[in-house]
Amino acid sequence: MNRGLFRGRGLQIYTWLVIAWLVVPIAVMILFGFNDTKGRFNTVWQGFTFKWYGRLFEIDALTQALINSLVIAVLTMVIAGALGSLIGLALGRYRFRGSGSLNLVMFAAISCAEIVMGASLLSFFVTLAVPLGFWTIVISHVMFSISFVAVTVRARVMTLDSSLEEAARDLGAGPWATFRLVTLPMIFPGVLAGSMLAFALSIDDFVITNFNAGGTVTFPLWIWGVTRVGIPPQVNVMGTIIFVVGLLIAVSNIVVSRRRRNA
Amino acid sequence: MRTLRARLTPYALVLPGGLWLAIFFVIPTLVMLSLSLQSGNVVDGFAFTWNWHSYVDGITTYHNQIVRSLLYGLSATIIQIVIGFPVAYWIAFKGGSRKSVYLFLVLLPFLVSFVLRTISWQFLLSDNGILLGPLKSLGVLPQDFHILATPYAVIGGLSYNFLPFMILPMYVALERIDPRLLEAAQDLYASKVQTFLRVVLPLSLPGVFAGVLMTFVPASSDYVNSSVLGGTNTTMIGNVIQNQFLVNQDYPVASALSFTLMALLLVGIFVYARALGTEDVLEVAAR
Repeated sequence: MNRGLFRGRGLQIYTWLVIAWLVVPIAVMILFGFNDTKGRFNTVWQGFTFKWYGRLFEIDALTQALINSLVIAVLTMVIAGALGSLIGLALGRYRFRGSGSLNLVMFAAISCAEIVMGASLLSFFVTLAVPLGFWTIVISHVMFSISFVAVTVRARVMTLDSSLEEAARDLGAGPWATFRLVTLPMIFPGVLAGSMLAFALSIDDFVITNFNAGGTVTFPLWIWGVTRVGIPPQVNVMGTIIFVVGLLIAVSNIVVSRRRRNA
Repeated sequence: MRTLRARLTPYALVLPGGLWLAIFFVIPTLVMLSLSLQSGNVVDGFAFTWNWHSYVDGITTYHNQIVRSLLYGLSATIIQIVIGFPVAYWIAFKGGSRKSVYLFLVLLPFLVSFVLRTISWQFLLSDNGILLGPLKSLGVLPQDFHILATPYAVIGGLSYNFLPFMILPMYVALERIDPRLLEAAQDLYASKVQTFLRVVLPLSLPGVFAGVLMTFVPASSDYVNSSVLGGTNTTMIGNVIQNQFLVNQDYPVASALSFTLMALLLVGIFVYARALGTEDVLEVAAR
């Protein structure tokens, strides 16, 4: 069936051109992870090599930065995933006084400029003389991720039928058993999606982290620090690996949801 | 008993996350407001004095950067609408069973760190790099031609980095349009252009608004693109705030500038939110 107004051959080519534009910098990043560069600057193509994959963890500070990023992202995923899911559940299932202000605060947190969030949190920590470092990064990441998780879970909760929970209670299940055996399995796809979103937001965050990191260095902060000196090819390789892992997770997600729809 | 418990349940669910947001988002914003009205320095400490000077000083010194940020943000947003709308339209109406694949391709940049993507552009656009180098040696471009350190590079980088945020909400709005509306318009002898202007476009506006919201705010407050792709005359307000906070540690002026930026952006956002209804924007934002 021909949906839409125009035949769309031109639009199709146009769409592919835009997608190509979006992908070009990624392709360049991947390509120069295979560059057999000799000096500090990884800017001129000097032949193909796999050696940077073997020497991936040669730069200790970079490796530490990547580890920091991963640990912070996992902590953010767990904490923001849990707290955000509870908010999402409450907002999707119950009507209560104060839900309006909560929605407003979350809307503000989602649409607030990152630099303003980072700056105000820094003002807060400075005023209270809280030492900046690993934990202030975790606090900030959980703070900006909660709302995204809550909105994702709320959307899932709103599509569900609460009569299943009523049935469980009628059959004698207590509140905890109802939650664990009925509610949680039903909202789990939303919780999973929200938590993965929190992980992705955390591992990529630069601005808020830059304000609240103190002496702790994450992967984006490390790259930022060496921009003027030259980016070592190991950064390209790590970027490539993160990209490929993300790609695999996303593709398997699409495949699974397709199969479920077809089943 | 049961009703009391039922009434308290949502509060218990909301409490931990709500507290986190209150302590680390709402209160810090107020702390920053207070800090912007204090005077003093890092060494001797700060005291609250209703010191409006930070605002006056900040705005008079950096009004160029403030105006530039809003202009760059606006340019990037318009470029993104122009580039993104046809893509969103094509995926929504012609994507067929492969819609999710195309959307996924549009979202691919998000699998690479924001800083890394921007540096990749710096590399691509460098003065004698893989794009400009060959064009210069072929004589297509003059030897002293450069893109980096110009507003074009910064606006281009901003447009690139936030484009998926623009396409996604526009797609959501376009995808919701019932194709029978288009058929009805055609049955009533509307031309294709009329149908587009009077049916498709109005129905897609909520998506465009949401996209503007999601791209204008990060674009106009960004400092990564102007640091990496720009030069000394493309400095944006984000660069100033970052520098005042992290290098000069002039917290009152830095806070005053952040607050000014926030106020400018919030006014815009709440006008939008009022026009659309908060829930709608949040919903689109969540996708």
